[in-house]
Amino acid sequence: MQPLTNRSKLVVQKEMTFMERIYLPAILKGMAITLSHFFKKKNTVQYPEVQRPIAPVYRGKHVLKRDEQGRERCTACGLCAVACPAEAITMVAAERTKGEENLYREEKYAAVYEINQLRCIFCGLCEEACPKEAIFLTDVITPVETTRKEFVYGKDKLVEPLNQRIDVSKRQSWRMPEQQS
Amino acid sequence: MAKVTIDGHTIEVPDGTTILNAARMIGGNIVPPAMCYYSPLKGSGGKCRTCLVEVSKGSEKDPRPMPKLVASCSTPVMDGMEVKNTSSPRTLEARKGVVEFLLINHPLDCPVCDQAGECHLQDLAFEHGAAKTRYEFDRRTFDKIDIGPYIKLHMTRCILCYRCVYTADQITGSRMHGVMKRGDASEISTYIEKAIDNDFSGNVIDVCPVGALTDKTFRFKSRVWYTKPLDAHRECDKCCGKAVLWNVGDEIYRVTARKDQYGEAEEFICNTCRFEKKSMSDWIVEGPRKIDRHSVISANKYFEPVPEHTPLLNKA
Repeated sequence: MQPLTNRSKLVVQKEMTFMERIYLPAILKGMAITLSHFFKKKNTVQYPEVQRPIAPVYRGKHVLKRDEQGRERCTACGLCAVACPAEAITMVAAERTKGEENLYREEKYAAVYEINQLRCIFCGLCEEACPKEAIFLTDVITPVETTRKEFVYGKDKLVEPLNQRIDVSKRQSWRMPEQQS
Repeated sequence: MAKVTIDGHTIEVPDGTTILNAARMIGGNIVPPAMCYYSPLKGSGGKCRTCLVEVSKGSEKDPRPMPKLVASCSTPVMDGMEVKNTSSPRTLEARKGVVEFLLINHPLDCPVCDQAGECHLQDLAFEHGAAKTRYEFDRRTFDKIDIGPYIKLHMTRCILCYRCVYTADQITGSRMHGVMKRGDASEISTYIEKAIDNDFSGNVIDVCPVGALTDKTFRFKSRVWYTKPLDAHRECDKCCGKAVLWNVGDEIYRVTARKDQYGEAEEFICNTCRFEKKSMSDWIVEGPRKIDRHSVISANKYFEPVPEHTPLLNKA
């Protein structure tokens, strides 16, 4: 048959020589290769004590931003969920009642907002679709959990805490320099 | 009969047909958009100016072009008339201006608005509008008004197409709902928030091209593109009972009238069907509603086309 590439090799079943049959040279050769690796630079790092540098626009765990006054920006418009190629996002909207103006920025807000981190492919399309600059991907790596249920992140894990604001200015490169705060 | 040419397509239409209706008879993308004209409502049209077209030849007898762009929804055709819609840069420029004017006082709260996804103003602005506004002043604002237990009026979103006023006039027996004040200050009102209590008042929601009149039973419950439209009917002694159910799973989130490709209700439905029959046992489902493939309503949904006359069905 005509070979597809010139890299193909013909397999022959020839008799092994005496040196090959005792296997000892081959074993020694292998041990030598293993031994040489003890003195080479390691490719791995001791995570989590040592962490690799990541790109400034790394796409990790999501955050639901609050505005300057600490109100949630998300208005549950559903554009992130419709943009999501993995269908990882679900939400339930609710109407803001009187007295909640300091909690939610718009008259509608997400009462439930869930991202399934097992489905998420961290493409960042939700962030791109968001008209309210509410959802961003951060440089935090999603932690390991022991059950599937725990990977469904609700608002408790997604909304940024009031006292620990998360800086996402690196991911807002579309903004004009004078608008950046 | 009158022969009219629209963007190079010639059609013969009965005398008295408007340019817009002649264009709809031809169909396709030469149909001018219409925000206020609504064919089931007598007298509607001529308000929004989005359907402006250029008439490059008045008629066979008087071939002079019309000096100004005309509103195609209220201009009847003449024999030998030549109309330019998409082929006229003047029309497109004017339409862009009209859209900018319509959006001047529009709050652009689409992420909050329940109409988003089936809003005609969204479609219009997307197709014809400019991406940015030049308006620098505060937009006019109004308080939200409850019209009866089922309808919510967001006057800020209104583009004053008067469709709901005509509906209240013509579909419901007595007029309880109209436009007060003038010009920039004009406002859809129910005469001091008097509740519309009429069996067909819910139809003002369907005729509204924007999200000014919305269904309170559907308010913020879901987004239009997450709900699945189903054609269904029921026995109703007040109306035809033919409606579209917007479902999430087996739960009916909303009931609307069946709308054609121009967003016009085929038959108006009564309030009982619209607001009170929210259980699947009330309805006989005919099948999924056909939605344009380019609409956001069909986003992320994969319908298998079912041939209308399959041999298996014919045998049975």
